[in-house]
Amino acid sequence: MLGLNKKDTSLLIIVGLLTLLAPFILNPFPEGSAMAQFNAGYPDLMQRFVIFGIFAIGFNILFGLTGYLSFGHAAFLGVGSYSAVWMFKLLSYNVIPAIALSVVVAGLFSLLIGFVSLRRSGIYFSILTLAFAQMSFALAYSVLSNPKFNLTNGETGLQVYADDPQILQGANSPDLPHLFGLPMRATYTMDVGAWSFDFNAGYYLCAVVMMVVFYLAIRIFRSPFGMMLRAVKSNQQRMNYTGLNSKPYTLAAFVISGMYAGLAGGLMAAMDPLAGAERMQWTASGEVVLMTILGGTGTLIGPILGAGFIKYFENIFSKINDNVLHSWFAFLPDGLEDAVVFLIHPFIGKGWHLTLGILFMLVVIYLPGGLVEGGQRMLNWFKNKKTATDDTKSGKTEPAE
Amino acid sequence: MTNKNVTRRGVLKSGAVASTGLALPTIFTASSAAAFTNEPTGSSVVLGFNVPQTGPYAEEGNDELLAQQLAVEHLNGEGDGGCLNTFSSKVLQGNGILGKKVEFVTGDTQTKSDAARASAKSMIEKDGAIMINGGSSSGVAVAVQGLCQEAGVIFMAGLTHANDTTGKDKKANGFRHFFNAYMSGAALAPVLAAEMGNERRAYHLTADYNWGWTQEESIVASTEALGWETVNTVKTPLASTDFSSYIAPVLNSGADVLVLNHYGGNMVNSLTNAIQFGLLDKVANGKDFKIVVPLYSELMAAGAGENIKGVLGSMNWNWQLQDEGTKAFVKSFGEKYGKPPSNSAQTCYAQTLLYADAVERAGTFNPCGVVEALEDFEFDGLGNGPTWYRGADHQCFKDVLVVRGNQNPTNEYDTLEIVEITPRAQVEYDPEHPMFAGGDLGECNPGA
Repeated sequence: MLGLNKKDTSLLIIVGLLTLLAPFILNPFPEGSAMAQFNAGYPDLMQRFVIFGIFAIGFNILFGLTGYLSFGHAAFLGVGSYSAVWMFKLLSYNVIPAIALSVVVAGLFSLLIGFVSLRRSGIYFSILTLAFAQMSFALAYSVLSNPKFNLTNGETGLQVYADDPQILQGANSPDLPHLFGLPMRATYTMDVGAWSFDFNAGYYLCAVVMMVVFYLAIRIFRSPFGMMLRAVKSNQQRMNYTGLNSKPYTLAAFVISGMYAGLAGGLMAAMDPLAGAERMQWTASGEVVLMTILGGTGTLIGPILGAGFIKYFENIFSKINDNVLHSWFAFLPDGLEDAVVFLIHPFIGKGWHLTLGILFMLVVIYLPGGLVEGGQRMLNWFKNKKTATDDTKSGKTEPAE
Repeated sequence: MTNKNVTRRGVLKSGAVASTGLALPTIFTASSAAAFTNEPTGSSVVLGFNVPQTGPYAEEGNDELLAQQLAVEHLNGEGDGGCLNTFSSKVLQGNGILGKKVEFVTGDTQTKSDAARASAKSMIEKDGAIMINGGSSSGVAVAVQGLCQEAGVIFMAGLTHANDTTGKDKKANGFRHFFNAYMSGAALAPVLAAEMGNERRAYHLTADYNWGWTQEESIVASTEALGWETVNTVKTPLASTDFSSYIAPVLNSGADVLVLNHYGGNMVNSLTNAIQFGLLDKVANGKDFKIVVPLYSELMAAGAGENIKGVLGSMNWNWQLQDEGTKAFVKSFGEKYGKPPSNSAQTCYAQTLLYADAVERAGTFNPCGVVEALEDFEFDGLGNGPTWYRGADHQCFKDVLVVRGNQNPTNEYDTLEIVEITPRAQVEYDPEHPMFAGGDLGECNPGA
């Protein structure tokens, strides 16, 4: 289907179903139950899952295929967000021009940075991209937000004010980001018994966009161009000796992944019309590296899984506090309850970084291929078990002849 | 043998049946039209406490969280009731808010606008929070205030000192109890004049972001009104940890006062550098060299240690005040946590009580009702003396403290001494003052 082989088609369909049914899948526990704490099916987090999924897919095109480790990808995300918010300020709250401009601007910006940074490879490339990203962060945080020339609104973050021009904003169109009148914030809540599921317009827009770019990523992975990029990763020197100039390929990959990041940034601003400088900081760049490695570098679905994993921890674990713990373990005798809470305390709430760090270490040490490798191993294990039981079912051992 | 193979057709069929089954009930349970976002329907109401638990202001955030938990206890009638006994409004009975038990959820702002908004959004969308309180930075306050306005819940700001929060970024659903940079300037100026005279030359080092600029602007304006001269204003990057290269030029600039528009770790480092350079022992223009830190906090004072002795600054509130409200709050906070509260803790505690009180008086959780109840509300007994929540910009007006690093501290918490309690009338300003102009409260938004 769509020029994909059978395996890729089924992967695309699985991802499609997962994103489509996410409101159900992410809200498995009834509202009001103790486990509801672990529900992740609320609009903001679902949007984040797919937006960072897009970001990580794009990053994986560069890192997974060419092996060039960029430590400055958050800069493109930030540039995308700022362009989107500027479109809201100047044109209208319609998200289409905003997202389009964010991709274009991020593309141009990554062309510029890529052109300079790709003169080097390996660690030097990483450091160059890191330097550029930190420079962009500093520019956005203070230099470009002075009262005389305020492009980014600094620490406060760029937002839309009532006195902005918004020349295309119709009199009746909603006063918040919308898609031809459908507000991104619009949510239909479906109550089924004790459960409640949120269907959010913004989430589905992001989901559709992610499906499209995921499909594009598959095509890139399977194309001759993708093969070239893999060749860069396995032995760039040999490639150069054969007379091929690898620079256009790496630059193209860099720009594509920069545009993915810009798209993610634009969507982020479309869901929540504020662009803060922090999303360009090096920690944000590091986060996408973690996502990709955690999920599985160079695999198609890995980055999406990694993004979901990290965002889940950031948003769910960081909100468990001691009170919640006490309510969970209330059935234990007092002394024991306090002891258990004391033991778990460092790993929840503000300690979510610690939990994530431990899990990250475990994954990197025992599953170098990331979560995807974990999944494959499990699958193989089941298969082996099944064949093993099949063997015993067939009863007696067959003679060799 | 039974065939347990899952076929595509089978999956599709059962999927279709299941989804019809799931979809059916919704036809009958048409979503009940809520009057406003997160209308509490059960026996409890959820408040969202969004404070920095990691990052540079984590200490402030944790102190805020302690105070918020204390406020919830008092609202639910647990503990000794704290300021409920001294508060001038007597509608809070210690039985929750409007008879509903108060519950709370917490989140980590990480002192980043993005993270703060994400965490506030999850409180609103997932946990059904009806009010967001807390924060320890103006950038975060402005970002979260904007979000609450869009989502239709009330935002009760925590520590935020920039003029913009109730100036050009003010919002109808947002309220600030904390004082601001303009008030710092207005309160400090007379004390500076009395202690240092009217002919001083000031040199400013300013954290290079929004809050730093508004504070610099405010202090420059109020000191120049005294007759001081501003020699130079230098912006320092927020990430700096060593300010030696910024301090050295001060000595040869002809200035005799150094104003540090820094906060948190920045201030601790720049003050320490200044002391190491011996600035306070110098004599310039025939006068003793002085240092001023316009915005103080107990936690910064503790961080700067010895260096803070004799340095002037301003505060929203201090635990050493002697009014009934302060005593009641410090007593219950101290008994529960074994230390006196900081001024950021006090502002969050007061904000939580003020919100609960406004809901009681309005008789509804509807944000528009709450906004109406809070606007131009006059109260007393929460520790800041008679206070007025101005309706025009949702800024609290109350006395401002001018404090000095204690020369002879008697214990580890006794780091600051109160020099003067500047009366409210002296720090008031017109809502259309140029430093605050350009904003628009807009309409209150009940969401839904």
